[in-house]
Amino acid sequence: MLEAVDVTLSYGRRTVLDRVSVSVRPGEVLGLAGPSGCGKSTLARVLALLLRPSGGAVTLDGRPVSRWRHRAPHRTSIGLVFQQPRLAVDPRFTLFDVIAEPLRATRRPLERAHRLAAELGLTPELFTRRPHEVSDGQLQRACVARALALEPRYLICDEMTTMLDASTQAHLVARIEDYRASTGAGVLAISHDTELLDRWSTGTVHTLNQPEESPRT
Amino acid sequence: MAAVTRRGGPARPRPRRARLATTTLAVLVAAVVVVPLVTRLDQQLVDLGAAGLPPSPAHPFGTDEVGRDVLLRSVYGLRVSLLVGLVAALVSAVVGGLVGLVAGIAGGVADRLLMRVVDGFNALPHLLFGVFVVALFSPSAGAVVASVAVTHWTTAARIVRSEVLTLRGRPFVDAAILGGSSRARIVRRHLLPNLAPQLLLATVLMIPHAIWHETALSFLGLGLPAHLASLGNMINDGQRSLLAGDWWSSLFPGLLILLPTLAISALAQHVRDRANPRWRSELAL
Repeated sequence: MLEAVDVTLSYGRRTVLDRVSVSVRPGEVLGLAGPSGCGKSTLARVLALLLRPSGGAVTLDGRPVSRWRHRAPHRTSIGLVFQQPRLAVDPRFTLFDVIAEPLRATRRPLERAHRLAAELGLTPELFTRRPHEVSDGQLQRACVARALALEPRYLICDEMTTMLDASTQAHLVARIEDYRASTGAGVLAISHDTELLDRWSTGTVHTLNQPEESPRT
Repeated sequence: MAAVTRRGGPARPRPRRARLATTTLAVLVAAVVVVPLVTRLDQQLVDLGAAGLPPSPAHPFGTDEVGRDVLLRSVYGLRVSLLVGLVAALVSAVVGGLVGLVAGIAGGVADRLLMRVVDGFNALPHLLFGVFVVALFSPSAGAVVASVAVTHWTTAARIVRSEVLTLRGRPFVDAAILGGSSRARIVRRHLLPNLAPQLLLATVLMIPHAIWHETALSFLGLGLPAHLASLGNMINDGQRSLLAGDWWSSLFPGLLILLPTLAISALAQHVRDRANPRWRSELAL
């Protein structure tokens, strides 16, 4: 289970997360909604072990996480699909480099990159294109393929389908559902779209509220 | 049908200007390489009988106050200036780049410490500090390179550090971390390739700046030995002839400082534009 327990995080004097608790169980889809600026993406980064919270704890399969960012243990157990695919890929990489990079970094065979690309509807002629030469939808498909490349046990989708057309949304959600069904991975789906979360989530959709402004001194 | 014009956005690359700059630089580099190989004239040959001759077919740039050919000496001077400028710029870029990279990646105490050192160097007037550095050695090209490098590595350090800090916070670096990339791999695959255009631009723009420093130090009598042809030495020598009306002995070496400066700046601008993958692919269409 990937769990945040009473996580608190502040940027300067501004508290973004105030004693937030959330847990993602293997095999389930947890929906998380909330207004803009309430800290959904920050929570996603904390759960992906990219940001160290100032208070509370994150546990991964029952073990509290003590190392963050580069030195986090079980680094590849968690996948993250970012909200804006344009910012989430190196502009110098080709689409195939984007998908294959985790496999190359961990010295794994590249066949999986080809298979994932095919599953996500990316044809080989797109492989040599750079991010600015493909659409947002194609780029987000590559980002989903990249997130699944190392077969993470938990996948965090941070407003993954924002700005995408309905058919691409449906396709990406279906591919992640296939992955969840075949591996038993836990999924945290973060979105503004409560309708999507109601349909996708396997339980109740959690709502993250804006933290109260801390009094200025 | 109405013509579609491109408005706003960053300036597009200008290949024609770049071609002109490349040609100019190629001619200058060819001249400094080929002329000393093919000419039998001695650039230090004194001919008092031909002293102070104005430009003519025999001496296109005229002769100086002791009858030395200004064109030949300008070519030799440019060779020294280009070499000193190139080496000084490379040393500055390597030293500054490493400091900026370490500061940006390590962060924390190491970053603060290194940046205070940079601030310390920047607080000194760099020409005066350069004069101090070069005065520690006997006049030589090495002393000029050391002087320019010691006073200019901070520019590269600041550029690289700020680029690293910007890139470190980008989601694609987070994605690389999540994808199991080590810190070294992130530096190699993401940070260096993405900051290279800025560092390259800073290095290339440093070359004319270093040339100006070399000429300034030589002009002050602190650069290269007085008998060696360098553009700064020639302008320094030529200023004495100016009062006698011999304008050519300062003007042509001065123009030879300006020409590579403008050409390198134009080329640097083009290199930066080409380094942008979007523009590069548009140019390929």
